[in-house]
Amino acid sequence: MLSALTLILTCQLAGELITRFLGLPVPGPVAGMVILFALLALKGKVPDDIGVVADGLLRHLALLFVPAGVGIMAHLGLIGQDWLPISVAVVGSTLATIAVTGLMMSRLARPQAGDRRDPGHD
Amino acid sequence: MTDITPMADISDIWVYLSASPLLFLTLTLAAFQAGTWLYTRSGHKPFLNPVLTAVILMVGLLTLSGTTYETYFEGAQFVHFLLGPATVALAIPLYRQFDRVRRSALALIASLICGSLTAMATAVLLGWLMGASRETLMSLAPKSVTAPVAMGITEQLGGLPSLTAVMVILTGILGAVLGPPLLTLIGVRDGRARGLAMGTASHGIGTARALETSELAGAFSGLAMGLNALATAILLPLLWRLFF
Repeated sequence: MLSALTLILTCQLAGELITRFLGLPVPGPVAGMVILFALLALKGKVPDDIGVVADGLLRHLALLFVPAGVGIMAHLGLIGQDWLPISVAVVGSTLATIAVTGLMMSRLARPQAGDRRDPGHD
Repeated sequence: MTDITPMADISDIWVYLSASPLLFLTLTLAAFQAGTWLYTRSGHKPFLNPVLTAVILMVGLLTLSGTTYETYFEGAQFVHFLLGPATVALAIPLYRQFDRVRRSALALIASLICGSLTAMATAVLLGWLMGASRETLMSLAPKSVTAPVAMGITEQLGGLPSLTAVMVILTGILGAVLGPPLLTLIGVRDGRARGLAMGTASHGIGTARALETSELAGAFSGLAMGLNALATAILLPLLWRLFF
């Protein structure tokens, strides 16, 4: 558990350093995600302890949104002033994105044997 | 803390507790637990999303007690810090789904990139047409991406990460509520396509909703969440420099 957490933090740190020094247009944790993915690909499997720690972190991903979400309080002025553009953009863009992505994938992806099985057993 | 005696009145205790990060860390977890309880009790009503409930509860509490966001964040930062490691951990579901990526790779990548570009372009375009400020546009642009990545991108553009998180949460909840009926309406029944759409548009909250429908949709949604984070993180700063 400890070594898995150390590895994840090391990947994040490496990602932060690499993006900073190379001036990459990617946030440090995203570079860390790519580094961890490359390490997993080299190893050929997800070690059990890393899987457990990662699943634990991602299972509570929603909770991690809360402190930043409470930040709405600190930016009420900006939201109040721009409430109409924000509402139109968020509603319109979310619906457009779902429609475009869903329609394209359903037209382009060929049905696969594995995808026709009962989803519960997938 | 020698000034706390058994006789101390409630305001003394409040002053003592609010000076420590423990109180707001605990309240953040408790508010989220309350939100989760309400969501479960309601039979998973999308509009009773636990994040939304927790944020409303905490904002109400901070407003009533006259607490600043800075004071609150001294406690909440311990939760907030985990956004970084959680982003790195997205490599694991991405790796586990690698076989599925390969089997429908071309369709998946084409749909994802179109979806990702649609999310960025329509958000900025609609916001700009409606007269949003530049700072708001920076927070709107990555709104379909999972919070840790979206906040990182906005920070890099020079916008407000916490405002982005609010957009991200609004987008997530909206997609979770309206996504499934919309997909049914336009005739998208393939579980892979439904999952990919939910994850591309509405990240983690959309993924949670997709998982309720089927494991297949959930798997593709989680995958789309990770890939759209990657695509937006690479494309958005480049496109932003090109247009602004």
